[in-house]
Amino acid sequence: MKLSSMGYSLRDAFRSLWRNKFMTIASVATVAISMVILGAAWILVLNTEYLASTMESELEINVYLEKELTRDAALEIKDKIQKVSGVEEAVFIAKEEGLEDMEERFGEESDLLQSLGGVNPLPDVYRIKALDGDLVPQIASELAALEGIETVRYGQGFVEKLLSLTDWLRTVGLGVIFAVGLAAIFLIATTIRLTVFARRREVTIMKLVGATNWYIRWPFFLEGMIIGFAGAFLAVMSIYFIYGQLVQNISVMVSFVPIMTDQGVLYNIYKNLLLMGTAIGALGSAVSLHRFLKV
Amino acid sequence: MYRGDLIIMIKMVNVSKVYQGEVKVRALSHINLHIDRGEFVFIVGPSGAGKSTLTRLIIREELPTSGQIIVGGKSLPRLKEKEVPLLRRKIGFIFQDFRLLMERTVYENVAFAMEAIEIPRSTVRERVPAVLEMVGLKDKMSMYPHELSGGQQQRVCIARAVVNDPLIIIADEPTGNLDPDNSWDIMRILAAINKRGTTIITATHDREMVDKMKRRVIALSDGEIVRDEERGTYRNEA
Repeated sequence: MKLSSMGYSLRDAFRSLWRNKFMTIASVATVAISMVILGAAWILVLNTEYLASTMESELEINVYLEKELTRDAALEIKDKIQKVSGVEEAVFIAKEEGLEDMEERFGEESDLLQSLGGVNPLPDVYRIKALDGDLVPQIASELAALEGIETVRYGQGFVEKLLSLTDWLRTVGLGVIFAVGLAAIFLIATTIRLTVFARRREVTIMKLVGATNWYIRWPFFLEGMIIGFAGAFLAVMSIYFIYGQLVQNISVMVSFVPIMTDQGVLYNIYKNLLLMGTAIGALGSAVSLHRFLKV
Repeated sequence: MYRGDLIIMIKMVNVSKVYQGEVKVRALSHINLHIDRGEFVFIVGPSGAGKSTLTRLIIREELPTSGQIIVGGKSLPRLKEKEVPLLRRKIGFIFQDFRLLMERTVYENVAFAMEAIEIPRSTVRERVPAVLEMVGLKDKMSMYPHELSGGQQQRVCIARAVVNDPLIIIADEPTGNLDPDNSWDIMRILAAINKRGTTIITATHDREMVDKMKRRVIALSDGEIVRDEERGTYRNEA
C-alpha cells in the first residue's frame, strides 16, 4: 500500500458513504446514540465519585478525651494522634469552646453554664481529618486504642455504606460502558458488511487485476472510521450542550448537590469519546472484513 | 530467471484438478501444456470439459490438486499468498458477461484497474484515453455501460484488461453474448493486441470464429487434452 494511493481510498470511502446515504445516516446515528449513552454513563460515574469524594472529604473523626485529663495532658495527645498514619490534621477544641458553640446554637439569651449548675459537662475534643475517606474506619480504631481517649465517633456504618455504593456504581458503570461499546462495534460491523456486499463486484475486479489486500481493505476501514468519528462527534456535541444546561439548572435548583464541572476532566472525556468512536469504527470494519472479505 | 522462462509463458506439467464434494469431480487430469510468449491460443470443448478450470488455475484462483504450473517464470503452487496480486498484474481478463461497474463511466471503469494497482493519477490520465482510442471508444469515455451496445461494453472490458500492459490476456467466452459482426470486431482487436507480443488465451464455443482465425487450438474433453494443433479448427477435420 503506497501512501500516494490514500487519495483513491479516501475518495472511494466517501463515494461509498454517499452512495449508501441512508445506511450511513442510520449508522452514524446509532454510533451517536451509543456514544451518548456511553458518555452519559461515564459522566454519571464520575459525578458519583465526585459526590462520594466530596462527602468523604467532609467526613470527620471526633475524638472525645477523658474528662479528668488535665489541659496539658490533653494537648500532649495531639502528637500521638498525628503520628497515626492517614491523619491529615487534628484540631483541638477545648471544652469551653464546645460550650460556646452550643450556646450559640441554642440562642443568645440562654445561659447554658448557669442552668447546668456551673459545671461544663463537655469533654475536650479533637476534630480529625483523614487524608482519604477510605482510611477513616481504620484510623478510628487506632485512635480508640490510644491512652486518654474516651470515645471515637465518625458516623460508623454510614461511611462504609457510601464507600461500597461508589464501588458498586463504578463496576456497573464499567459494565454499561463495555456493553454499549460492544453494541456500537456490532452495528458498525453490520454497516460495513452491507457496504462490502454492495461493492462485491468492485472487490472481485480489484482482486483479479492484482490489487493488494491492503488496498482493498483501506476504503472500508476509512468508512468505518469516518462513521465512528462522525457519530462520536455528534455525541460529544450533544453531551456538551445537555450537560452544560444540566449543570446550570442543578446548581440553581438543588445547590447542595455537588456536580462535577472540571473543564479539564470533561474535555478529556470528549477527546476519549472521539478516539473511542473512531477506534470502534475501525474495529467494526475489521470484524466485517475478516469475515466477509476473504482477501 | 533463466532464458527458457522468457519464451515459455505458461507451462503445465501433469496437472490434475479434483473437486472434493459429495461426488468427486475430476475436472482436469494429467494436463501437459506449453504456451509460449506471444502465442494466440483457443481452448475449445463442450461445457464441463475443463476450460474454465484451466483458466482459473492460470490466474491462481485455484490451486491444482497435483502437478506443476509455471506462469511467467513463477511456480504457482509455491507462490506465496502475498505474491498473488503481483502475478495477476501480469494477466488481463475478459469475461463473457463483461463485468463492468454499472455506476461508473467508461473512463472510470478502465481507470479502476489502474487505481487498484496504485498507479499515480497523472499516469492514469494519460494512459486511459490512449487505450480507449485503441478499442475505438475514445468518444464514449464519459458514457455509462448501460448506454453502450454489447460489443462496445466488451471493448471497454478489453481496454480494462490491457490498460496495465499484461503479458497474458485470458478471455473466457469473450464473444458468447455478441452477434457475429461484434464478435469479429472483438477478435480483430485481440489479434492486434497479440501482434504487439501479448500472449492471448481464449476459451470459446464459437466454432466459426476458431475455424476462420486459424490459430493454435487446444481441445479439451472430460478434463483431458484430446487435440493440440497449430492453425487448427474447432473440430478435428482429419
